[in-house]
Amino acid sequence: MDIPWTLQTGAGAWNPLLWLVGFAVAFGVAWLVRSRGRPDNRSGDALKPFISGNEEPENAGGHIPASNLYWGFTEAMKAYYSRLVPFHTGIPSDYVAWLLGVMALMLVIALTV
Amino acid sequence: MDSLALHLPALLVAIPLFTAFLIPLAGRAGGTVRSALVILGAALTSLAGLALAARVFAGGTVLYVFGAAAPHAAIPMDSGGIPIRIIFQVDALGALMVVIAALSSLAITLYSLAAESRQSGKDGFYSMLFLLVAGVLGMVSTGDLFNFFVFLEISSLAGAALVAYRIDQGEAVEGGLKYALLSTVGALSVLMAIGILFAQYNALNIATVASRLRFGALDMIALVLLAVPLAMKCGAVPMHFWTPDTYTTAPSSITALLVVSSQASLYGLFRILFTLYGDLLRFNWAVFGWFLVILGALSAFVGVTMAIPQKDVKRLMAYHAVSQTGYMLLGVGVGLAVFADAGALAAYGKTAMAGGLFHIINHAMYKGLLFLTAGAVFYRTGTRNLNRLGGLGHAMPWTMVFFMIGALAIAGIPPFNGFASKLLIYESVFRFSPFLAILAMVVSILTLASFVKVFHSMFMGPPRAEFAGVREVPAPMIAGMAILAAFVILAGLVPQAFVDRMIAPAVNALVDRAGYIAAILGGH
Amino acid sequence: MITRLLLAMPFLTVAVLLLLALGALLFKRNLIKMLMGLSLMESAVNLFLVAIGYRQDGIAPIFTNAPQTLMVLPTVQALTLTAIVIGVATSAMMLSFAMVIYKKYGTVDVRNIRKLNG
Repeated sequence: MDIPWTLQTGAGAWNPLLWLVGFAVAFGVAWLVRSRGRPDNRSGDALKPFISGNEEPENAGGHIPASNLYWGFTEAMKAYYSRLVPFHTGIPSDYVAWLLGVMALMLVIALTV
Repeated sequence: MDSLALHLPALLVAIPLFTAFLIPLAGRAGGTVRSALVILGAALTSLAGLALAARVFAGGTVLYVFGAAAPHAAIPMDSGGIPIRIIFQVDALGALMVVIAALSSLAITLYSLAAESRQSGKDGFYSMLFLLVAGVLGMVSTGDLFNFFVFLEISSLAGAALVAYRIDQGEAVEGGLKYALLSTVGALSVLMAIGILFAQYNALNIATVASRLRFGALDMIALVLLAVPLAMKCGAVPMHFWTPDTYTTAPSSITALLVVSSQASLYGLFRILFTLYGDLLRFNWAVFGWFLVILGALSAFVGVTMAIPQKDVKRLMAYHAVSQTGYMLLGVGVGLAVFADAGALAAYGKTAMAGGLFHIINHAMYKGLLFLTAGAVFYRTGTRNLNRLGGLGHAMPWTMVFFMIGALAIAGIPPFNGFASKLLIYESVFRFSPFLAILAMVVSILTLASFVKVFHSMFMGPPRAEFAGVREVPAPMIAGMAILAAFVILAGLVPQAFVDRMIAPAVNALVDRAGYIAAILGGH
Repeated sequence: MITRLLLAMPFLTVAVLLLLALGALLFKRNLIKMLMGLSLMESAVNLFLVAIGYRQDGIAPIFTNAPQTLMVLPTVQALTLTAIVIGVATSAMMLSFAMVIYKKYGTVDVRNIRKLNG
């Protein structure tokens, strides 16, 4: 059976096989570079992470909870979020109102245009 | 065997319906009997669905006239040229949706056998699950407007009941109530529109109504009454508010099925715009094309930005479902907007539609997979709160791998299936409007960012003391996730094979209004 | 004039019922009253279906003692029956939801049924 590997997008093409080959080649290069390193340099202080000279923290306390991730993003977008989130009131009758509102708007558009 | 193949469209709905009402009986005989029946019913339903789809892709539209002497006799001799019987009409687009429903319902049923094993009230649960599947399959294969309404209501009612099934301090009931309320208002509006169409054309058959449509003011009112509720049911912004509430509180397997059910509504929306109203000269393509495009762009952007700050893993994923639906609306909307311009349609309109339809099947698979992994984590840890989770990668390696596959696919990272359909959408939408294409790419980047957050907070980090007893989930749950993951990888590796065999025929079926009508009323 | 008005009566009733239903759905704070609005909406649509099925001087499809066999096809009547059944199922389910919510939340005020938001 003839398997069409290339996806034709009209303006271009995409071949997952080529991508996988490229991925494998890159992996091979990385492995080659790594294998040429000095094998004797794998003990003692070199294994410890360097955190600006501070002591390495205890293992269990190292996990950052989800709320702290992307704090900067939500802080920067505060103006956007403070307007968007209040729409999500959670009140059932508001939900119905949005549905009927869009319906009314589309009725006006469909009947006038 | 031949006659069995002839009756496949009827079996497609009859098997899940029959199974649904047999389950309480089997439950009397014990849990093992019920489980066996559930597996058998799910397998037979999928088999019927896939066999029917294979027939459609090989030989074109399949008709099934209920109660007629021959399944193809659409118009009885003495009816005056009106198909008065209920007719199932499965073309390539319907077949694509049947494939989606067949594959995901099988995976989801397998998964829920293990996931629900510790719960009570399983008779009702599985009965309703099969009713939901029957509703979805009926919606995508019927050729009759009123029948569509009935199946829409079956899937909405079963869906709402399933969402609220495990009361959970009332929150699940709140989610179910919101879903039921909006579904009912929407369905009544659809019924009103069907009434308006019937009053004018004395027919309920989609092909017959389409062939008689006069595009008067009443018809435009009916169109809005049909299209807007269906857009709401698929979760388009600004009518998406129910989606996070309902998806979060439902059991994870049900959430994955609700995704499929909302895509059946998307199918209904496309069917109505293209087949029922899509007259080349008299339909206002630009207005409704831009309606879909604007809904799509809004959904994609608002969905993903609302997802980023969420703390509940399923609520986050639900907002991503809204966002991904935006891509489908965007892709097909671009095709609709340029439909009257034959040059643009051939140059990029059809590619955009192919991207949108391909994204429907891809999304059903990877989003189903993601909801199932979230359910697997909940099954073992008992929490959905991302701030409390962590370090599960050590104990649940399979779940982690499946989550990674789903997350990379939804973010559009090659070589997974999400990338293939998004690439089709980017490149075609760019030629329609560069701004929208860039917006779509930004949304993809934000999607990746928010799934990196989920991955980090669920699986990364050192093992936590409170999750010391956590193990990998049972085999049926892994099997269910594996089916969906296998599709995600396969469709990512050979996307063109899927486009050639399923998506391109579906696009052609969607734009071929005359063909749909001729299948019922005879050639022109 | 009178006949035309009489023929339009069902449709006017449908319009009034729909307005009442929408008013209840949008502005009533009590969940039960909202569900009553939903029921009213169902009745409005059902009445609309039956009303469009009326054919002047048509013969009901009851074969016993029928004056002739050219009869009205009772499609909308069948639709209405189906819609009523679906409506009953919906109302029953939603009312039981309202009951559970009252038990768990201690209120039926829709403005307070919003544990899920944001």
